[in-house]
Amino acid sequence: MFGILTPEAFIHGPIETGAQLIVVGGALSVVLLLTITKRWKWLWTEWLTSLDAKRIGIMYLILAGLMLARGGVDALMMRSQQAVAVGAGTGYLSPDHFAQVFTAHGVIMIFFVAMTFMFGLINCILPLQIGTRDVSFPLLNSISFWLTATGAVLVNLSLVVGAFAATGWLAYPPLSEIAYSPGVGVDYYIWALQISGIGTLLAAVNFIVTIIKERAPGMTLMRMPIFVWTVLGSMLLVLFAFPILTGTMTMLALDRVLGMHFFSTDLGGNAMMYVNLIWAWGHPEVYILILPAFGIFSEIVPVFSQKRLFGYTSMVVATMAIVLLSFGVWVHHFFTMGAGANVNAFFGIATMVIAIPTGVKVFNWIFTMFRGRIKYTVPMLWFMGFLFSFILGGMTGVLMSVPAVDFQLHNSLFLVAHFHNMVIGGVLFGYFCGFAYWFPKIFGFGLNEMLGKVSYWLWIVGFAMAFIPLYILGMMGMTRRLDFVDAASGYHPLLVLAAVGAGIIALGAAAQFICYAVSTFERKRHMDRTGDYWNGRTLEWSVPSPAPFYNFAHIPTVHGRDAWWTMKEKKQTHEAGYQDILLPKNSCVGLLIAGFSFLFGFGMVWHMWWLLPVSLIGIFVTIVVRSFADETEYVVPAHLVKATEQRHHK
Amino acid sequence: MKSRLLIPLSLGIIGFVVLLTVVAHGGQFPLLDPAGTIGLLERDLMVRTVFLMLIVVIPVFILIIFVGWFYRAENTKAKYTPNWENSAMEELIWWSVPLEIVLVLAALTWSSTHELDPMRALNHPKDPVVVEVVALPWKWLFIYPEQGIASVNEVAFPADAPIEFHITADAPMNSFWIPALGGQMYAMTGMSTSLHLIAPEPGDFAGRSANYSGEGFSQMTFTARALEDDDFENWVKDAKASGAALTPETYAVLAEPSDTGPVRYYGSVTMPFSAILNSFMSMPVMDHIEHH
Amino acid sequence: MKKHDTHEQVSFGLWVYIMSDCILFASLFAAYAVLHTQTAGGAGGAELFDRSFVLIETLILLTSSFTCGLALLAARAKNTVGVWLSLLATFALGATFLGMELSEFGMLVSEGHSWAASAFLSSFFTLVGTHGLHIFVGLSWLIALFIYLGIRGLTPKMSKRIVYFSLFWHFLDIVWICLFSLVYLLGSL
Repeated sequence: MFGILTPEAFIHGPIETGAQLIVVGGALSVVLLLTITKRWKWLWTEWLTSLDAKRIGIMYLILAGLMLARGGVDALMMRSQQAVAVGAGTGYLSPDHFAQVFTAHGVIMIFFVAMTFMFGLINCILPLQIGTRDVSFPLLNSISFWLTATGAVLVNLSLVVGAFAATGWLAYPPLSEIAYSPGVGVDYYIWALQISGIGTLLAAVNFIVTIIKERAPGMTLMRMPIFVWTVLGSMLLVLFAFPILTGTMTMLALDRVLGMHFFSTDLGGNAMMYVNLIWAWGHPEVYILILPAFGIFSEIVPVFSQKRLFGYTSMVVATMAIVLLSFGVWVHHFFTMGAGANVNAFFGIATMVIAIPTGVKVFNWIFTMFRGRIKYTVPMLWFMGFLFSFILGGMTGVLMSVPAVDFQLHNSLFLVAHFHNMVIGGVLFGYFCGFAYWFPKIFGFGLNEMLGKVSYWLWIVGFAMAFIPLYILGMMGMTRRLDFVDAASGYHPLLVLAAVGAGIIALGAAAQFICYAVSTFERKRHMDRTGDYWNGRTLEWSVPSPAPFYNFAHIPTVHGRDAWWTMKEKKQTHEAGYQDILLPKNSCVGLLIAGFSFLFGFGMVWHMWWLLPVSLIGIFVTIVVRSFADETEYVVPAHLVKATEQRHHK
Repeated sequence: MKSRLLIPLSLGIIGFVVLLTVVAHGGQFPLLDPAGTIGLLERDLMVRTVFLMLIVVIPVFILIIFVGWFYRAENTKAKYTPNWENSAMEELIWWSVPLEIVLVLAALTWSSTHELDPMRALNHPKDPVVVEVVALPWKWLFIYPEQGIASVNEVAFPADAPIEFHITADAPMNSFWIPALGGQMYAMTGMSTSLHLIAPEPGDFAGRSANYSGEGFSQMTFTARALEDDDFENWVKDAKASGAALTPETYAVLAEPSDTGPVRYYGSVTMPFSAILNSFMSMPVMDHIEHH
Repeated sequence: MKKHDTHEQVSFGLWVYIMSDCILFASLFAAYAVLHTQTAGGAGGAELFDRSFVLIETLILLTSSFTCGLALLAARAKNTVGVWLSLLATFALGATFLGMELSEFGMLVSEGHSWAASAFLSSFFTLVGTHGLHIFVGLSWLIALFIYLGIRGLTPKMSKRIVYFSLFWHFLDIVWICLFSLVYLLGSL
């Protein structure tokens, strides 16, 4: 009945018990709060079953925020463990627990912070930017979100029941095989990635179709905002890369559950094939995350330089060049595997080639600022922080793409510092920038600039203090993932400094949450009454803030790049009168499918085989019942549209 | 960049550099100051690559600071061209500048990757000393096929003679790394990788696993000792005299997952490297089924 | 007024999805290509594959694609009986194919050539099994269509769904052709 789940799975050491209490307590207090305030029905109809992309986007953002807190705590635990575990001191984490923490940190930050944050911004903004009322498949969108959330639930459930993988975030075999990792940790890892990965793949299909098919009349491909271009590039990468992840995880799962020999050490298994496959997904994944960030910068730099984007065509070409090249460089993640010099040199050079389109983007941004009138708002500050961090990270990246140099830097803290330069200084700063920029559009009021700047500077200082020492430690020969260091190594003072830096980052993150809270509290002061908070250039700023549930009362006609800017210049107006609008009805299908997928994943992790047919039949019945739903859309009558528009424009 | 920010920002950066210098002071920097010839070549390559990149990066940084400062909204005297959106000339320049740097780097990469190929034997008058390395959970076993001895967590070799490491694992994947001598190489089950290093002068160097391999990974360190020829002879003699033997039986005990333990020597070896390597090659399928 | 999930969007979306499914099969093909010589001393493809059996399987699947095409024509002609007959034939042929595949698997396992016997067999079972799993999904899809067809009849919505299904079913055919030629034909050489 319960497979291999025994009461012992719930019993942990004191630190894990604390985490258990936080997870369970947090969930219970949310339930309690909803019950006391009688918000259940509201939550169900307005949010959980909503098919409005903007609502789904906000749910993605909330999920990303929660997971950022979780992943951040993991980071603080790692930094503090390394700062105290020196010489005779063994720190407060056991080696196994430390390994779970660094594995969870990586998995959560990539899959459930970065990816989730990205889809949140895309959902909130992309339909508005291309002038459509919704995505092509609203129900599929909801399914994608809930599958992502299911993955996040599985990862965090491992805190309460059982344990998480202790293998590093890519779970290389043979360590992740049943012989070396007999527990359920790797299974949690596999099924969290499988389920959320399918959600991501479906979302990519949805956004590709949306971008190709739903653009407003007049918006040709070469008039699309760069953010839309980069999302298209990123989604194409998802489409081609995520199936590789699905296939690889399936093989690993089959090894573990059915005793197959894809990556095992015996009977012809080949662990190197896993490393190749996982990076054939993993390297494009990096670009899946960074491309939308590039898109965000290409949106905000013209707005705050009050000038058109320089080199639009170059930007498009560079984006698509990166999409293509990102599939040809994966071997640079394991030059030390002993491939021949020709192979290594080829992949090293291919990696460097990516620096060309990336460099072009940087130059274009600088020349957008050149002869502009730059306003240093919070989004623009994030951009400046990004530029410095990204160029430094790019430089260290090119350095490591030289195979003979990589032999010394591989798996060292230098590498750790490099990719944090890219994913914090590049991806995360990009999303923070986008979030600060679009916050008025999403919520209808602006953010407190002062608190935003405080948070920014805390992040910048903390970031430098946490990661520059890691570069130095790399030069001292310190390897990543050590749960203690030798006192004679001389690493200790720098590790303490890095821990202080991590603490400052945590303050920066806290300041951000305070900023959101304070801004909400004093929102009357920063209300966005025009819908065009920053004097924007793209269509999302042509509608009121927050955008009405139907997005556009009139579908706009586009006459050039910077569609909204052109309209403002030409004082273009809509035709008079309003029309009925067709919108998708709410649906609980997404929640149901995700719920059954959760049961499937849980059944797989704990070998409760009976759950598998139950959950699959559940999904089948859900789909069959849905196939009979004829009225999946409802009409918003013209008079209601008119009333809503007039209220906004008062 | 607003001008009132420039001063605190520069002071902050200077302060931070001073702080880093103080904190890192006294540390060992095997990557920047390596003892091994290969490590030196890799260091030089690293430095050369960084300088090449700085040719672009420094002007870009200066450009960002200048543009960011000069074209701030407050400076109404600066030229403002809100509709200027492209210039074939400029764009040609920044497609070609990174392109050229990358061309130079690519040439450097191609030659250095072949020159510093870890599998390539070193050009040296002396014959190489062959050391076979087995990563075990969580310790390092070194087998000397020519001397017929083995050691755990300590590897010795004569200074100023090339060393030829053959590396495998009887454990999750590890990476064999002696930072002061030069780059690392993965240790994988059923696979033999090779690595050629040389230490011109005698000395003791820290070595460790650089790829996470489970609970005992942090302790998976060893000492690499480059000795004078005589000292190396004595080291081999001492190992021979230790009396312990590396047999399939003692090896099986050693290969069990355990804490790293002390340095150990084996005076004789009847469990050769090839046997360890082959133990992961496919066994007959029928055996396996009976085994189940 | 603009409708969501229109025919044009859905069929385009399905094409996009099929493209990604191709990549899934490509990675399994790649794994098979790497591992197919790793027989761990056991039998290889040449000894294990029964070419004539697989040829019959192939013909059955191709015929099911043909009957699936007939269903499309019948739907276009608004011929409900024709749709029923051709879809039932598609189901029967698909189920037979799956049954044969499972019996092939059963035979291999009973002769000691299970998926756990070698890396070659692991990758073989997974590659062919993944295609079989897709066939199973297709059959479930057909059942869902039957339920709808039985209750609502041949509505315009139903006709479109037959188009979507046939797109998926033909795709599985193409994958099988690759499998047949790369795994069975090349393997039994």
